[in-house]
Formats: sequence, structure tokens, C-alpha cells
Amino acid sequence: MMLILPVVYFIVFKYIPMAGVAVAFRKYQAGKSIFGTEWVGLRYIGMFIHDGNFWNVFRNTVLLSIYNLIFGFPIPIIFALLLNEIKSKYTKKFVQTVSYLPKFFSTVVVVGMINNLLSPSTGVVNKVLEIFGYQSIYFINQSSWFRTIYVTSEIWQFMGWNAILYIATLSNVDTQLYEAAEIDGANRWKQTWHVTIPGIMPTIIITFILSVGYMLQVGFEKVLLLYTPSIYDTADVLQTYVYRIGLVANNYSYSTAIGLFQSIISLVLIWMVNQFAKKFSESSLW
Amino acid sequence: MAIQRSKGYSMFKAFNFIFMLIVVFVTLFPFLYMFAMSFSSNTAILQGKVFFLPVEFTIKPYLRILEQKDFWTGYRNTVLYTVTGTAVGLFMTTICAYPLSKKRLLGRGLLLKLIVFTMYFGGGLIPTYLLVNSLHMTDKIWALIIPGAISPYNMLIMKTFFEGIPQSLEEAAAIDGLNELGILIKIVMPLSKPILATISLFVAVWFWNDWFYPLIYINNNIRYPVTLFLRNVIMGSQMAAKNGQVMDSGASVVMPQSLQAATVMLVTIPILLVYPFIQKYFVQGMMIGSIKE
Repeated sequence: MMLILPVVYFIVFKYIPMAGVAVAFRKYQAGKSIFGTEWVGLRYIGMFIHDGNFWNVFRNTVLLSIYNLIFGFPIPIIFALLLNEIKSKYTKKFVQTVSYLPKFFSTVVVVGMINNLLSPSTGVVNKVLEIFGYQSIYFINQSSWFRTIYVTSEIWQFMGWNAILYIATLSNVDTQLYEAAEIDGANRWKQTWHVTIPGIMPTIIITFILSVGYMLQVGFEKVLLLYTPSIYDTADVLQTYVYRIGLVANNYSYSTAIGLFQSIISLVLIWMVNQFAKKFSESSLW
Repeated sequence: MAIQRSKGYSMFKAFNFIFMLIVVFVTLFPFLYMFAMSFSSNTAILQGKVFFLPVEFTIKPYLRILEQKDFWTGYRNTVLYTVTGTAVGLFMTTICAYPLSKKRLLGRGLLLKLIVFTMYFGGGLIPTYLLVNSLHMTDKIWALIIPGAISPYNMLIMKTFFEGIPQSLEEAAAIDGLNELGILIKIVMPLSKPILATISLFVAVWFWNDWFYPLIYINNNIRYPVTLFLRNVIMGSQMAAKNGQVMDSGASVVMPQSLQAATVMLVTIPILLVYPFIQKYFVQGMMIGSIKE
């Protein structure tokens, strides 16, 4: 049957690595089989619980995710609502098409842009600061700026793309509902509040579940390109830590243990939010 | 009262329009700026004269990039990875999605559950890395292409689309003596061109932009894609910026900023060129994907 190849694929590349997390409980030696080395139980789990670095990285991940959610989640909704008020079809289409263009740029390209825009000697942001009489700031080398840069660039890159669903849902809201509301004397603001928002609520809930579920998987590719050792104190996140411990320092078992910890938290998160959504609304993932 | 309201509303409309102009400007500005930087002279950049348009036009940064052999091998590799990756990805996704779109398939529910589960949980970076290593794929193109051949998300989009094709068409073809594969190739695929285009584009863009998997799986830099070339330019200029110097290999000195900008332009231009023609497919994919979610 046709399915043989895909089934083999899922077993080999998805389920064997899942079993491969066994590495986290063994003392892995390079070149040996994933399953055949000395069993050490929870040693590596204990190791990261006592690792001060780990907790700092964990805190960074949670904070970065929360900031990204607080700003990154509502902004596409607001953008969609405002765009929906534009009556000219061409303007609407044009703005929308431009808005999701950055989604298709490689992270490397985006980081190249960030570097250039924020460069302390030549960057346009610092030039503008200088015009207004401020000192220029070495943004990408300061821990205190990292989260701002990260979240802003995420919004820049994904606002338009994340708004697509809302915009489509908005254009499907029954126009009769608006007419009825108008007859009842509702002004534009009230119409938005009582017709438009309820119309996109299910979409908002589903998107929210997904955002929370994938929350800890911060765009670590971007972090990996942006950070330097001098800003590790705010920029280092779980996945970059896993990468450095595992693939730079070659401590496979320890790295897998941390990765496993993150996967489990993510799974629990998505499950919890889904239960919550089931309880309080009609929409849920499963 | 009515006049008051409409006055407030037209105020809002004006502001909203201005707001949209700002959105368009902010979205495009970084790109315009890179364009301007990549064509501007060192002195203009150092004096901070560059904003929207090239100042003291020069093509030196481009010449500096184009004379590097690594850039050309990188570009060739990227094209190779994108084309092969898209072909393999599309093939695997199709033969996975098609059987799963059939309600009569034995164990369909369980298979789907097991596939969807991989969207929420996985072995993680290291176990996958060790697996790829033990399959001796490291440093080969397959390390980049095979482990991610089927994206469950794309597969579900395609499955949803296949489910919308009238069953009666396929039954008629079966009576005409076509087997499953024949039905897929002769009946289903021609009807599914839009979705096949969408998925191909998703996959192609992904391969074009990928840099992390080449970074971990490819050791030999003659196999680096162009994104890694760009990364090295960026890293190089980060170092240079830190040490307060300009890159001075060769006769003519080129600012690292404009080198970076020129490389960014060269990597992004193919995407920009096709974007106006293909963007509707992306939106379409996003919409079909949302039905099932």
C-alpha cells in the first residue's frame, strides 16, 4: 500500500527519536547505540535541577514567551479589526499583502536587518536618536534590550501572517447582524463590541490555545543568531542551551534530559489550556 | 447626534487610513533601508546620510560578494536543496495524505492520532541528531531533506483538500479499471493543483530559508547553503563591529554593513520576485489548514 513509506517515515524519524530520549537516562558514549549504554537513572535530571545556569535559562524562556504572547497575540487581532474598517477593497488587499511579506524571509535575513538597523555606528535607529540629541546605544550587545528587540522583530515578521485568519473570519461575519444592530441603535463601537468580536471569538480561542501550547518553543533560531555570550543572562533560552550543551559541548545525555523536560512541559501546557477552553467555551482543539 | 457620530467616524477613518500607511511603511522600511545601504558608498554610510535611497551610488559591495566562490556554491546548493527537498516533500506528503483521506481505510483514526501526536511531542534535538548520525546521513543532502520530509501540518491541509473531492469521480475511474495509484495520478492530482501548488511553495520557502539544519548536519562548507554564507557574513561583521574595524581583505575596503545588506538583498530577491504571484496560494493554504484546526 501507498502508506508504507509514510508509516516507516513516522516510525523512524518521529517515534524512534521519542524512544531515543532514553539517552537522558543513560551515560551515552559517542559511537555507541542509543539504547545500549550504561543506565544512570535520574542522574541527568538531578544535574539540571542543581544547575544554576539551567534555572536562569528557564526563567529567560518563560519571560520571553510571556512577553511575546502579551504583545504578539493581541496585535494581529487589533490589526485585523482596523483593516476590516478599511472600505476600499484595493487598499485592504494591498496592505494585507504587504503585511505578511516578512513571514517569508529567512531568520538569517531578519537578523541581518536587525544588525544593520541597530548598528551603533551606522544604524538608522541610532542616527535618529542622535538627531534628537541622545547618545547612540549598542542595542544588540546589551542584555536589557534583548527582549525588546526580540519581541518587536517577531511582531514585525508575523503580525500580518497571524492576522490572516482573523481577517478572513471577519469578512464572513453575517452583514445582516450589522444591519440589525444598526436598527437597534448601536453605533459603530457597539457594533464592533457586540457583533464583530463575538464573530471572531472562536478563532481567537483556538489561536490562543495553540500560542500557549507552543509558547516555550520561542523562535530559538533567531535567538541563536542574535545572542552573544555577553547577553546570555537575558538571551539564553532552553533550546539554545540544549543546542550548546548537546552539539557544541557534546554532552548528549544532559542535553537530551533538558530537551525532554521542555517537551513535557509543553505537552502539559497545551493539554491544560485545551481542558480549560473545553470547560469555558465551545471551541477546543480536540 | 447622528452628525456627531458620523464626524467621529470619519475622524476614525482618516486615522485608520494613516495607521495603515504606517503599517505598510514600517513593514517595508527595513527592506528599503537594506537596499539603500547595499548601494551606498562608505563615506555616506559613515556620515549617516543613508535612509531610504542609495547615497553616492556604488555597486562595490555586490562585486565583493559576487567575487566570492563560497557565495556561488552556496547559491547552487540552496537551489539544489530547495528543488530536491520540495520534490521529496511533496511526494511523501501526497502519498501520506491520500490514503488517510479515505474514510474506509483500516486504522485511519489511530494513524491520524499518532501523526497528530508528533505535532505536540517529539524526541527533541539530540535524539534526532544521533539518529541522523547513525543512519550515516550527516554531511549529505539527505540529512536536510529526509528527517523533515512530511510536515504533519501540511499533510493535514492536503488531506482536508482531498476529502473534498467527490467520491463518485474516483468510483467511476475504479470501474474503468484504474488502480489506487492510477486514480491518484490521473484523477485526484489534476483536481488538486491549487493545494499541490500551496504545499510545494510552503516547502520550497522552508528549504530556501533553512540554515539551522545545514549548520548542525553539514560539516563541509562546500555543501553550505547560501543562508549559512549570509550567517558568516553577519557573524564576521558582528566581530568587526565589536573590534571597531572594517573588513579589509583585498584592495578596496567595503563596510561590513553594506556587505551584509548586499548579501541580504541577494538572498531575498528571488522570494520578492515571485511573491506577488504566489502569495494567494499561501493564504489559501492557511485557510484550508484552519478548517480542521
